[in-house]
Amino acid sequence: MTKFKTVPVTGAQPTRRDALKTLALGGGAAAALPLWARYAGAQTSEPIKVGFQVHRTGIGAAYGRWYDRTTSAAAALINEQGGINGRPLEIVSEDDGTDPKRGAEVVEKFATQHNCDIGFGTLFSHVVIGSAPRAGELKLPYFVVSEGHHVASGMLNRYTLQPGITDVKSQVQAMAPFVADNLGKKITMIFPDFAFGHDHRDYFTAAIEAQGGEVLEHIAIPPTETSFTKYFPKIPRDTEVIYHVMVGPAVLTFVKELGEFFGPQRPEMFGFIDSLEAVDLGSPGLEFLDGTYFWEGNPRYAQDNQSEYDAFFRERVGVDANGASVSDPKDASTYAHMFGCWETLHVVKAGMESAGYQGPKDRAALIEAVEAMTDMPHSNAHPQGAKIFNGKTHQVFGHQYVTKVVDGKLLLVHTTSIEDTYYPDEVDYTTQAL
Amino acid sequence: MDFGPYLMLATLEGTVTAAVLALTASGLALVFGVMRVVNVAHGEFFMLGAVLAWWVTHIVGGSAAIGFVAALIVVPILVGVLAAVTDMTILKRIDYDPERTIVATIGILYILQQVTLMTYGPDARPVTPPFNTRIALPWFEFVNGEPGIYWPWGLSITSYKLAVIGAASVVLMGLWLLMTRSKLGLLMRATEQDRDMALAFGIPVERIYAVVFGLGAAMAALAAVLIVPIQQAHYLMGADPLLLSFIVVIIGGLGSLPGTVLAALLIGLSDGIISVFFSPTLAKILATLVVAMVLVFRPQGLFGAKRT
Amino acid sequence: MSGDMRKSLLLHGGVLVALFTLQFVLPAYHHGNLARIMVLASYAAGFNLLFGYTGLLSLGHALFFAAGLYGMGLAMSQFGAGTGLALGVGVFLGALIGGLVAVLALRTEEVAFMIVTLMFAQAGYLTILYFGAYTRGDEGFVIAQADRVFLGRDLSNPQSRYFFAFAIFCVSFVMCLSVVKSRFGKVLVAIRENEERARMLGYDVAKYKFAAIVLSATLSALSGAAYGLLFGYVGASFASVQYSIFPLLWVLLGGAGTVLGPLVGTAFMFYLIDLSSGVTTAYMLIAGVVLVVLTLFAPQGLLGEMRRRFWKWLP
Repeated sequence: MTKFKTVPVTGAQPTRRDALKTLALGGGAAAALPLWARYAGAQTSEPIKVGFQVHRTGIGAAYGRWYDRTTSAAAALINEQGGINGRPLEIVSEDDGTDPKRGAEVVEKFATQHNCDIGFGTLFSHVVIGSAPRAGELKLPYFVVSEGHHVASGMLNRYTLQPGITDVKSQVQAMAPFVADNLGKKITMIFPDFAFGHDHRDYFTAAIEAQGGEVLEHIAIPPTETSFTKYFPKIPRDTEVIYHVMVGPAVLTFVKELGEFFGPQRPEMFGFIDSLEAVDLGSPGLEFLDGTYFWEGNPRYAQDNQSEYDAFFRERVGVDANGASVSDPKDASTYAHMFGCWETLHVVKAGMESAGYQGPKDRAALIEAVEAMTDMPHSNAHPQGAKIFNGKTHQVFGHQYVTKVVDGKLLLVHTTSIEDTYYPDEVDYTTQAL
Repeated sequence: MDFGPYLMLATLEGTVTAAVLALTASGLALVFGVMRVVNVAHGEFFMLGAVLAWWVTHIVGGSAAIGFVAALIVVPILVGVLAAVTDMTILKRIDYDPERTIVATIGILYILQQVTLMTYGPDARPVTPPFNTRIALPWFEFVNGEPGIYWPWGLSITSYKLAVIGAASVVLMGLWLLMTRSKLGLLMRATEQDRDMALAFGIPVERIYAVVFGLGAAMAALAAVLIVPIQQAHYLMGADPLLLSFIVVIIGGLGSLPGTVLAALLIGLSDGIISVFFSPTLAKILATLVVAMVLVFRPQGLFGAKRT
Repeated sequence: MSGDMRKSLLLHGGVLVALFTLQFVLPAYHHGNLARIMVLASYAAGFNLLFGYTGLLSLGHALFFAAGLYGMGLAMSQFGAGTGLALGVGVFLGALIGGLVAVLALRTEEVAFMIVTLMFAQAGYLTILYFGAYTRGDEGFVIAQADRVFLGRDLSNPQSRYFFAFAIFCVSFVMCLSVVKSRFGKVLVAIRENEERARMLGYDVAKYKFAAIVLSATLSALSGAAYGLLFGYVGASFASVQYSIFPLLWVLLGGAGTVLGPLVGTAFMFYLIDLSSGVTTAYMLIAGVVLVVLTLFAPQGLLGEMRRRFWKWLP
């Protein structure tokens, strides 16, 4: 308690750099104060350490880069506004190589070597599932940004939460009414033959049948595949809508070959933007997508009715109105997913403040504080839209967007309600011991 | 889609795969045949070819065709020279010991991947094909006993894919002529058959090795330049061509060029055609097992002579 | 010779004592790492039996590791087996698949053997994806903490975890030592050095190779099953090509054909990645350079180099 007003020289260097960046940006008056003065109200000016598990190498690297940028931007903003409980936020990044084994090791490193307060930021489901058991054992609050259904399915543990991005089950089933009402009722699904694809298969098939539609054919593509045309003849002739979702570096080949296969006579198409995440829509061979529809977690192109919050988010992260980097218009972002990092860090801030978080001994209180959250209004902290958090399943629910490709841009045509994304609880984590 | 047209489509797609595979694998076969080492970094030379093709077309700018032709010429040379330098600085110094070469080339694999990630980034980037017209293909049917032609839905190929098949054939023919008709080819074959004897006859074996290693990598790079308008350049794209090339080289009978080409066709086509009959992942499993069984029951490869 | 024997006993016994003692002094992070390294080193030891001593280079050992991992995991998740039984199922499945692979792959040799094992492993990996309804494909599944209790000890607890990992390592370590010292092991080395001569001397080479593959697969499966049990996760990435290459790398780094090599190589590679990733994001570049440098200057691996220079008696 006697320790105060010490400038964290070594520990908080990233924060200092962020603060300098803020000065350069001409931020508010608060930023002009020396660092120690801003945090002087706190009992300690030790930074709150957020262990950021980032896919820098491996198959998830394209996502990881944007998760990194978004996380840095959110941390800079939070620090400008005075940090958390008056303490600066420090992001401790470790590459997990998009590998579950390394992921678990990184979580251990956060907990036992870096002495991080929480772990955060994992995207790929297999890394989440491989790491979460260790986070639970080490009692390290683990905030994932994965859109997997693993959290809400009850597979993980009380220390793992997903408060910043909706899960695939709610996304997929919320699309069924739109597809059935506007595009057609006879559907062929093309998806990668692994768990993420199987979630699409199972949840969408059930949801579209509830709408009176049917899935004529499920085409599961092996994840190691690099050429796709040979599978397309399995699409039945009377298909009205192609539902496609693909991930990985071969996505552009997949979409291009789909276009070349159909030529001028294509059916309606509805895709998950994962098929084109981090891919420039102006890439050669994508012209045929004009008039097709996409699910987007967050519309990549700034819409006419863009909210002030979205504009703020874009500016802070460094994304232009077309969803690409402001420094390179060809560098398309992972806009449909990366807002999750931003929102999750804001949830962490709110949770720590309501729990009066001081240090690792308050980790359980932080979990309880986040579990107690419900409404998350549309705001600078939640630029993607309003959300409702379910403390029992540790999963957040929110609006989903359907956009249509018009002249090479994605225009918003439908926004689901939050209620459209609900499904019965499959777990109550609050009954587990902390 | 009806069975006939589907089979034709799968065959065409399989042929494109086979063409690129034959190029990549013949590079590996050349290295394996002459130098008797396994180059685990072969796939990374392929990847480097694709990534450099993106750079070259990007720098040249202008029309897609000019950039592509420039890449076709420049990229294999760059990659070939890089490989030859690697050979002279690393492989030569470990005396082409088979086991050490595996570890060293795994090291080179990591280095090439990481340097690409740091400079080029994690994105999959496309190269515009010089030409790319969709060609719808006809199919035959009997209507009331009369043969007729119709245009099945989806049965098509692009002009570029046809060109890839053509280009690969030409290059392979050239490689075969080089090996059988030129003086360099003679020296390579002499080195392949008996290294010590070749040395005794004053053949500069070390230089031949560098040339072979460079040429092998250049073949992989060339294959990658051809494929990159269809697939995209990505820093992790080398793993698949490496595995498939390995399989092709072994099935083809260790270093025999015609055998390698035939094996590439076998593997490319079986991959395409088996996918007609089974669900995609099951087809992949079966195709893998079929090829493994070929080796189990004909360990010298389909086209290799039985060694005693 | 008896002097050499004593030295060898001292060294290897000393390593085991050191590993046992380290658990009381290591900080939490390294304590966890060492548990991990010991389990993976058992995998490498299994690989070394085949590669280092028998001279058979398999590129498909991930199949055996995954057989143990999934045999254990699926026995629990699908059939509700207890920890001990599940562990046994995993090990048995590994031995069984090892036997099957051996029967087929032993018809080939050298590079064809590498490729055939590689392709069997690839087919195994795809099979795991194909049966996604049970395996959850690439995502894998979690082994609940309640199921990870062995002989009354909660394996998610760091002390029990370390102890269990140590026990697994002891099993593989002692087994390798005794194999190497046994007549059986000497025949394996004879096959590695000159298969033709071993055959002429009247040994049934095929039978010895078969036994070596099954033993190696069993150890790999034991390590896989233990890994899933200790760290609570079963996933398809452990069946991918990468995990077939890793043991080769660890063994070559540590020293093929040495009993301690797998442990040294595994620990070296682990800390190489871990430490360099703290310094730079380009840690794979460092790993690559180190590999190249090692092949240039320590061609027989770290322990192979020690044996060449100082410890001629090293088994």
